[in-house]
Amino acid sequence: MPDYQTYRRLLDRTMVVLCGLAALFAAIPLVSLLAYVLFQGFHRLDWTFLTSLPTPVGVAGGGMANAILGTVTLVLVASCVGLPIGILAGIYLSEYGKKNKFAWSVRFTADVLSGVPSIVTGIVAYTLIVKPMHNFSALAGGVALGFMMIPITTRTTEELVKMVPHSIREASWALGVSQWRTILSIVIRTAKNGILTGVLLSIARIAGETAPLLFTAFNNQFWPKGVNEPTASLTVQVFTYAISPFKDWQDQAWTGALVLLILVLAINGTAKLFFKNPREMLR
Amino acid sequence: MIDEVAEKDKQARKKVEPKTGKGETRKIEVAHQEPGTENKAVKMKADDVCAWFGEKQALFSVNMDIREKEVTAIIGPSGCGKSTLIRCFNRMHETVASAKFTGDILLGSESIFSPKMDPVVVRRRVGMVFQKPTPFPTLSIYDNVVVGLRLNGVRDKKTLDEVVEKSLRKAALWEEVKDSLQKAGAALSGGQQQRLCIARALAVELEVLLMDEPCSALDPISTSKVEELIHELRQNYTIIIVTHNMQQAARVSQKTAFMLNGKLIEHDATEKVFTNPSNKLTEDYITGRFG
Repeated sequence: MPDYQTYRRLLDRTMVVLCGLAALFAAIPLVSLLAYVLFQGFHRLDWTFLTSLPTPVGVAGGGMANAILGTVTLVLVASCVGLPIGILAGIYLSEYGKKNKFAWSVRFTADVLSGVPSIVTGIVAYTLIVKPMHNFSALAGGVALGFMMIPITTRTTEELVKMVPHSIREASWALGVSQWRTILSIVIRTAKNGILTGVLLSIARIAGETAPLLFTAFNNQFWPKGVNEPTASLTVQVFTYAISPFKDWQDQAWTGALVLLILVLAINGTAKLFFKNPREMLR
Repeated sequence: MIDEVAEKDKQARKKVEPKTGKGETRKIEVAHQEPGTENKAVKMKADDVCAWFGEKQALFSVNMDIREKEVTAIIGPSGCGKSTLIRCFNRMHETVASAKFTGDILLGSESIFSPKMDPVVVRRRVGMVFQKPTPFPTLSIYDNVVVGLRLNGVRDKKTLDEVVEKSLRKAALWEEVKDSLQKAGAALSGGQQQRLCIARALAVELEVLLMDEPCSALDPISTSKVEELIHELRQNYTIIIVTHNMQQAARVSQKTAFMLNGKLIEHDATEKVFTNPSNKLTEDYITGRFG
């Protein structure tokens, strides 16, 4: 008897240690990535970098201010396209789409769309917008990113609106409030934190995309002057500088990557803060 | 010495043990019965009502008259169809996907299924309070009370303020919350939340109030407060209350209906149902032989 007890205790402890090591190994790639980018890019990160335009090779100063502004512009355009469609589709799926075939096909389409390679989305946007307009533009880039936002937003919104307890809907119906009013004013209001989190997560995802922008927004060394012009973006700028043969530009690429990483982590962190606990909604 | 005390105790207890035997009726506190209830108008009438959930039939040909400004209690064991019946009264039964319904229900003299009567309109005249209190979690107490009005277009602040005070007073909650109307609705205690739900239902100026086991989730003190509330509300509203608790049914209602397996077995004055029921099944249930 005593031997068996000790054996079990030892086995238990070994398993805990192994699980801890596994978790550590899983964290290593992420931590090392962050550390390496920080290490490589930190020394050029200063106010000049964040506020000035790119300069020719060899000229001091220079930064990626236009790229940062460009990414913001692209995300805004993408949100105008992707968010309304995504959120409304998510609401439809969870409120009206329990059993019908149409809802099933919408869900299926959203799942397939989320798996489409981003470069394919870029080519589609090229054919639909760049070719007819005969120029690269932030509009085309934003639309390409918007297409990518739709499936993510739809699925997250659907899941979160489904989590609103049915008793809340029944209480609203019993007061003589119509179905659409119930959805808008009661259900969405209860789920709004979750929906906001879904929105932030999809923004973080598309802010880091490069492939679709390569032939839609292209690139630009100057300030963005409107949505109808080629626009710089952090991701494409980093790509351009990284493959160049100049050391100065390569250093700037590292710093650009660092800025992008900080931006994405900040958005993800805000999203998590907003929606710490799904159970809170059910109180 | 302890043994002596225990002996005395045992003997004292023997004397007061209640007699249980066949035909013995238990003494229960019964609500005030008014004479002349037959002269009151019929507020709601269920006419040959049958209801299904998919293939399973839940109600078998129920006929029931509900007189106005009275409290009618519906009692019966779990699964007998009590909740299904009152959900038919305010057209909530049809919100379930596989639900089917035949028969008719009249509110006043008009059928609630007539083309003129939109379900939304019916639900404003026939309100419901559920078993679990459901204040809307993102709204304050004030917003919770007026939500029924606001979402139907009423915007005037003065009207809303008046309605809030009136409804909370009617629900006996005004004194407790009048200084914290902006607090979240979900921050109140269970009993207060249920009274808030009642205030919310009263704010839309309804005629009939359906209560589906309103006190099941509450502690005894909150329960007695809600029962007092029902006594007061009876003067202005018709109330139908479904309850598991027979003592509660006897305390608050003037008429009682007993249901079993989807059928209405007996529907009569409360005093009669509890002291001298006509149907043997009713008597079995009341004396606790089953359920």
